[in-house]
Amino acid sequence: MRMTESRRAALEEALLPLAVALAVVLVVGDLLILAYGEAPGAVWRLLLDGTWGNAYGIGQVLYKATTLTCTGLAVALALRAGLFNIGAEGQLAAGGFGAAVMGLALPTGTPSLLAIGACVAAAALCGSAVGAVPGVLRARFGAHEVIVTIMMNFIVLALLNYVVAAKLHVPETLHTPALEAGTVGRVAATFPAFHGSALNWTIVLVAAAVVSVAWYLFRTRAGFELRAVGLQPDAAEYGGVSVSRTWIGAMALSGAIAGLGGVNFVLGYKGYYEDGFAGGAGFLGIVVALVGRNHPLGVVIAALFFATLSQGGLAINAMVPKQIVEVLQGIVILAIASSVPEVRRLVRKAAGARRADTGATS
Amino acid sequence: MRRLFGLLGVLLLAHVTLSFVHPTGAATAPTGDAVDVGIVFDLGGRGDKSFNDGAYLGAERAMAELGARVRFVEPGEGSDREAGLRLLAAEGMDLVIGVGFIFTDDLSQLAKEYPNIAFAGVDYALAVDAAGNVVPPPQNLAALKFREEQGSFLVGALAALVGNSKKVGFVGGMDTPLIHKFEAGYTAGVKAVCADCEVIAQYAGVTPEAFRNPGRGKELALSQYQQGVNVIYHASGSTGLGVFEAARTMKKLGIGVDADQYNEAPGYVLTSMVKRVDNAVYDAIARVVNKQFAGGIYDFGLDKDGVGYAYDEHNKALIPDAVRARVEALKAEIIAGRIKVPSSR
Repeated sequence: MRMTESRRAALEEALLPLAVALAVVLVVGDLLILAYGEAPGAVWRLLLDGTWGNAYGIGQVLYKATTLTCTGLAVALALRAGLFNIGAEGQLAAGGFGAAVMGLALPTGTPSLLAIGACVAAAALCGSAVGAVPGVLRARFGAHEVIVTIMMNFIVLALLNYVVAAKLHVPETLHTPALEAGTVGRVAATFPAFHGSALNWTIVLVAAAVVSVAWYLFRTRAGFELRAVGLQPDAAEYGGVSVSRTWIGAMALSGAIAGLGGVNFVLGYKGYYEDGFAGGAGFLGIVVALVGRNHPLGVVIAALFFATLSQGGLAINAMVPKQIVEVLQGIVILAIASSVPEVRRLVRKAAGARRADTGATS
Repeated sequence: MRRLFGLLGVLLLAHVTLSFVHPTGAATAPTGDAVDVGIVFDLGGRGDKSFNDGAYLGAERAMAELGARVRFVEPGEGSDREAGLRLLAAEGMDLVIGVGFIFTDDLSQLAKEYPNIAFAGVDYALAVDAAGNVVPPPQNLAALKFREEQGSFLVGALAALVGNSKKVGFVGGMDTPLIHKFEAGYTAGVKAVCADCEVIAQYAGVTPEAFRNPGRGKELALSQYQQGVNVIYHASGSTGLGVFEAARTMKKLGIGVDADQYNEAPGYVLTSMVKRVDNAVYDAIARVVNKQFAGGIYDFGLDKDGVGYAYDEHNKALIPDAVRARVEALKAEIIAGRIKVPSSR
């Protein structure tokens, strides 16, 4: 009896701030829409209709959520090891590029499963390579991973931009030629209701990745060590865990997961690599991880939520300008982020530290 | 905890109340028989002072003069381009327009899926088959192409006539066939009025970044001005802002591109090669309104006011009447087909 009551209290503590945050977003959205001169009720209805209202909308949301789940999961895994991976954007792009190059290199008749396997492996490997660099620099030289991952984004995106624009593109476009092998089928080919949506079978691969990461984190010794390093590196080291090896491994794995996200666009949607396809999904992954509380299941839910906002934003764009949608998205991030206990704890800690500082100097 | 519950209640109550507010002038569902047009902008979106704004201007004119109802979608990321077009097509628009070459694949795909809706692509990139022949777009898709080389020809002639030097300059953005078209027309225009003039042509780079590099633009322009060039034509996006900056510093002249760029450096912009995206968009909408729409390749050259050069009260003082008359004569000859302007180097 006492057990269930405490559990209810815990659930309340977890969900209530989230509900308040969402309500704040709704009301601010109402006011913004009214200020623009539209009817809030109609706009919200359009947002729902355009996303969960029909199979096409659902397909689009799931497609966008697939990419966001990868980048969110990547950031969450690194955070579990105590590292802040801001580089998911570059890792995502590198993964997509790796898949495309492998697909272009394979001969046309390669058996489909073999080709997909090779392309997916290439995506994970490329993302992993980009992720490992900040891991190594952190572990060996103590270079802060936030700075390094941000810089890696610039390097990777500029490099890919150059390679595609100068060497690989089809004239008058910004994308590579269509892949010879390794493309993943659309869900619509099996379930015609999803016709037109970009949803493809990559979603199954990503679902498997989510389950694997959850199992790895909470059911294996390596996962336990990773979380121990994240909670208290010195204690973990004392307990016999190699912190530097764990950091490098975590960043490489994080990069590989982000790289998998590139498969969704390159193999599943367009069938070629297009410069700039990541389009901020890597950065949104940070928010997804934060809102999802660094838990694989939470990441999936958060990814679905932000995918709904993204697709819904497009649907209501007919009534209100894009900027309102963007402002709304920003408010969602602020409101939800400030309701996440970790963030509140950090803010409290920072405020406490400042008080302590001023106390010491005065 | 209780306070949070209270807050939640108040917020939800406010939301429900606000949801019922229906301001006057709010959008209503499309009805009646007006022509419905949907336009999807490129990622640059409105306010780019070029392409997207040009399309918006054309649509605005079509709304006022033709009574068309136009809706705009501004995609946020690459995969939203197709989604935006699809959204409009699914709503039963009469015409759906994609602004920018980047829509090429998405438009071709949708035109096949919605054979009863008219589609148009600004700067639609035509595919070339293995034998080197141009593949025509689908039957319900209008490829709106611009004869940039013709406009460039005229500003080339202007540069040579006004420049008072045997050397004229050209600064391109990314070194690609698309920009070579501008250079080829420009060079031909220079040679048409001054056979022994030399064109110094330079490019800012080989990546799309070359269209966003004002620093490099200024560098190239300064070196050209120092070599004795008095007028430089740029076809380089915002890299050109550096060219104007150099013109201002050296008290020389620059020539703008796409839109009238006089305001970037008043007094130092001789003219601009304007690409009338607005006219092309208006034209496509007018065809649908008049039930004359057909797919195919539409070339917007000097004859249809698809391209041209800026001449108004701002830059009148920089262009003598005799020069203006000479350029207008060249324009008439191009329209009549007596001068063929090359579109590649």
